[in-house]
Amino acid sequence: MKNRTFFWFILPSLITMLLFIALPIVSVVVQSLHIEHEAVLNEVENCGPFGCKKELVIDVEETKKLKLENPLGKFNGFGTYTNRNHLAFKEIQQAWIESEGFISFISMSLNLPFYRALAFTLTYTFIVTPFVLFFGFLIALGVNSLPKVMKGPTIFISLLPMIVTPLIGSLILFWMIDAQGIIGSILQEIFDDPNLSLKASPLLTWIMLMVYGVWHSSPFAFIVFYAGLQTVPSDTIEAAMIDGASRWERTKYVVLPHLMPLTIFILLIQLMDNFRVFEPIVGFSAQANATSLSWIIYNDISNNEDQFFGSAGATSVLTIIGVSVLLIPVLIRTWREFNRKVV
Amino acid sequence: MPSLAQRRSPVLNMIIWGFVLVWIIAASFPFFWTLWGSFKVQGDFFSKADWTNAITGVRTQVETGGAFTGSGYFGAWITKSFWLAAINTGIIVFSVVIISLTLGTLGGYALARSGKRYAFYLLMLALVFRAMPHITLVSGYLLPFFEWNLWGHIPTAIIVMVAINQPFTLWMLHSFFLNIPKDLDESAMVDGCTRFQAFRHVIIPVMWPGVVTTGLFSFLLAYNDFTVTATLLSQANQTMVPKIASFLGTTQTEGNVMFAVAAVVSATAPLFILILFFQRQIVSGLTAGAVKG
Repeated sequence: MKNRTFFWFILPSLITMLLFIALPIVSVVVQSLHIEHEAVLNEVENCGPFGCKKELVIDVEETKKLKLENPLGKFNGFGTYTNRNHLAFKEIQQAWIESEGFISFISMSLNLPFYRALAFTLTYTFIVTPFVLFFGFLIALGVNSLPKVMKGPTIFISLLPMIVTPLIGSLILFWMIDAQGIIGSILQEIFDDPNLSLKASPLLTWIMLMVYGVWHSSPFAFIVFYAGLQTVPSDTIEAAMIDGASRWERTKYVVLPHLMPLTIFILLIQLMDNFRVFEPIVGFSAQANATSLSWIIYNDISNNEDQFFGSAGATSVLTIIGVSVLLIPVLIRTWREFNRKVV
Repeated sequence: MPSLAQRRSPVLNMIIWGFVLVWIIAASFPFFWTLWGSFKVQGDFFSKADWTNAITGVRTQVETGGAFTGSGYFGAWITKSFWLAAINTGIIVFSVVIISLTLGTLGGYALARSGKRYAFYLLMLALVFRAMPHITLVSGYLLPFFEWNLWGHIPTAIIVMVAINQPFTLWMLHSFFLNIPKDLDESAMVDGCTRFQAFRHVIIPVMWPGVVTTGLFSFLLAYNDFTVTATLLSQANQTMVPKIASFLGTTQTEGNVMFAVAAVVSATAPLFILILFFQRQIVSGLTAGAVKG
């Protein structure tokens, strides 16, 4: 295709992506270097029946004017990055000095909002992703061995957790695990503990969110693996059988290597999606015990009265860096493979 | 016909089918439970006394006189004007799908036919864009949108979602177009068509299966979105998902959680119907991206 023609075909798509994906990233970086204006304070003398007092009062009009003139706020350099709500260099340093051992240092750092969110996001990503791959593969093997009539309905049902809106899916489960819901009360009966609540303890909340994550994403891995299983070369399987390979050996040496590229694909998509975990926290109202990077950004900007763009920007930049670090190995692999195929 | 050696032992069969059965229950039961419960009163769905009340509907009998009640639905759709959110969702989803597909087919076609190095770089760039968490992008939009008075309007949310959708749409359509033989449009160009005419008269008539599948995924993305619609839309233009989220805060205190339950069921129903009719396309779409591309 001629360069000119290519350009005109791709242009609309490229413009939207540059305007609404590339530029916002720039905007986020700029925002992260600025901070909101401080409120303008006036000293006012207040006289009452008990004498006069000098008070500092916020000058609403002046503050508003300042905000209007320069909505971005004032330049703050990397100040936002290093403050307590983000990388918290000072607090970390202090924790390092004060802590007696490595464990107490970790637990002190986990009191800081950014590190708390980072810890949950990483744990979620690295626990949910392998489980999704594992369960997806098992379900695919299972469905593949069903009689033909049952395959269609089984696939239909298996797709449901994935297709449903994440927020709605987590709400549905949230209501069931409520202390007065079906799962919640059955668990109370099993453990014989009328006060058992999955929402109260941080550990149980984390487990609950991850179980939800696996429930929600396994269908995706399942369906991709299932499609891959349809294309396993039957010649190779037969050859392996003639050579006396058992079922397990055939799965291990023929089926799994055949599915390897698919595994990489699922891994790539799952790492991206799990790292942005956000809706389940809203759905499960789990913010007291578990926050993710996406959630703290949302928390900074969702309040209509006070929006902290600088803070949200800094967390966003750190999140983008996190995603990049996470994906570089997989991206390089995709890059190489694609290069091999295309060129 | 499976040969004798391929037959599994009955024990293995039992294990596999048992596992699939457990999965099917885990995947479907929550939906049936919530659908059933949405026709009960709160005292049954969240029963303090006994969870089986949700099945038998003891309190529902007492409070409404029948075993089922539509009061949750009435409350959500009429009292809390969920219908408005449903209309907004309809407008947004329809526009996002149409615009995404238009831009995506053009771009995807170009990427599939280019064969140049830069087309590959663009695809990798799209992959990187796909990785960006949506909330980080949204936090970049807010301030400029406030300044330029773009915040809160439906068209803004539409164009933002189209953009966020583009990387995926491009990848998917690109791999679909790769499967359409090159000879088709090239022979049309030999006959004197321009590239665009070849696209218009030769490619468009044969591209529909791929477009339908990609459209389904655009639909899902727009329909299921919470991040963009919750932060970029004003109260009046709110769509279903953020509306349900806002129900949570208000209904918990007012004691009508059932409104939210009914709204959740209402918002899920279209998705069920969608898979019912398009299951084949969804499966083929997910696999086209993975198995071939």
